[in-house]
Amino acid sequence: MKIAISARSASLESNFDTRFGRAPLFVIYDTDSKEVSSCNNTQNLQAAQGAGIQTAQNVANAGAQAVVSGHCGPKAFTVLTAAGVTVYQAKAATVQDVIRQFENGELVAMNSADVEGHWV
Amino acid sequence: MKLAIASGKGGTGKTTLAVALATLLPGCRLLDADVEEPNARLFVNGDEIDQREVTMPIPVVDPAACRACGACVRFCKFNALALAGGKILVFEELCHGCGGCSLVCPTRAIHEKPLPIGALSTILNDTWSLVEGRLNVGRMAAPLVIRRLLAQANKTGETIIDCPPGTSCNMVTAVRDADYTILVTEATAFGLQDLSLAVNTMRKLKKRFGVIINRADLGDDRVRRYCADESVKIHLEIPFSREIAQAIANGKTMLDGAPEFEAQLRSVLAQTGMGGIA
Repeated sequence: MKIAISARSASLESNFDTRFGRAPLFVIYDTDSKEVSSCNNTQNLQAAQGAGIQTAQNVANAGAQAVVSGHCGPKAFTVLTAAGVTVYQAKAATVQDVIRQFENGELVAMNSADVEGHWV
Repeated sequence: MKLAIASGKGGTGKTTLAVALATLLPGCRLLDADVEEPNARLFVNGDEIDQREVTMPIPVVDPAACRACGACVRFCKFNALALAGGKILVFEELCHGCGGCSLVCPTRAIHEKPLPIGALSTILNDTWSLVEGRLNVGRMAAPLVIRRLLAQANKTGETIIDCPPGTSCNMVTAVRDADYTILVTEATAFGLQDLSLAVNTMRKLKKRFGVIINRADLGDDRVRRYCADESVKIHLEIPFSREIAQAIANGKTMLDGAPEFEAQLRSVLAQTGMGGIA
């Protein structure tokens, strides 16, 4: 299973980015093969509006079945749910920390958005 | 003729001036284009004779005809559409009503439904009329309401447009039909900063304009110096007046508080060409 983790740069050592829609990129981690890749999100980082909606499609198109971020707004949550992507919320310093928490089953799936739109 | 009353900074006295000028032009129509917070109605005592809804076309996707190709999603620059799980999702609050999605759909799966986003209210006063544009709370398409409002301008007589503050799309839309625009400012650093933005906007739009300095004795000389340096005409300076403030607070016009300004306001109208005087 592929999980997309909002991050500042494309490595396991990268800082975890708590923003979903305006994260600069997502580290894509395959829990089966342990392969690491990334998915650029710069275009949505600069979107005037609807960044969360575009980002949700972006990570779904990258093949992620789960997303881990710090927060998720209502529109992004709607798109991710429609795309069959599970959203997990984490508190962590680095992408590596997030992966460890995920693999240890410490993360809980969100069943609704936790912030209003336009949360920065 | 259409005279717009705009500003950069908010709270400089656009509505105060617009209402006072309207009372000097029998048969005049005042359009309150500050659709996010219209307030000219506070100064009108007459009856509302008409109210009409302003709607915006919003896409509706027919799932039977949609092939989930994503052409509409790629077209929408406002991210109001998303393709997820083989379905198109519509986020109405982000839509600007351009209709492009229905045009690019190869299977004609998108039609449009009207979404109420605001209202136009017409109120008759004894000598003039007000049409107030109002955008519903939570909606973003203010320019659309303003465009509908501008269509209510007097066909033959005079129209005054009370514009929204700032220099964003809302203000640009409100001044676009004006033959002349008065920028109301105050003699402060804040007033000057926002006035200079408004002056630059008017120049980019290639519009004729001049300045009125309100509360001209509170502050300093910098707006006057700026106008001199930039060759911007100052039509009038209105000093701070307790009588004007009291009249406004009581829902009356500045001329009720300071009738001595009537001659000067008539002169401003003549300078701008309003009332067929120039």
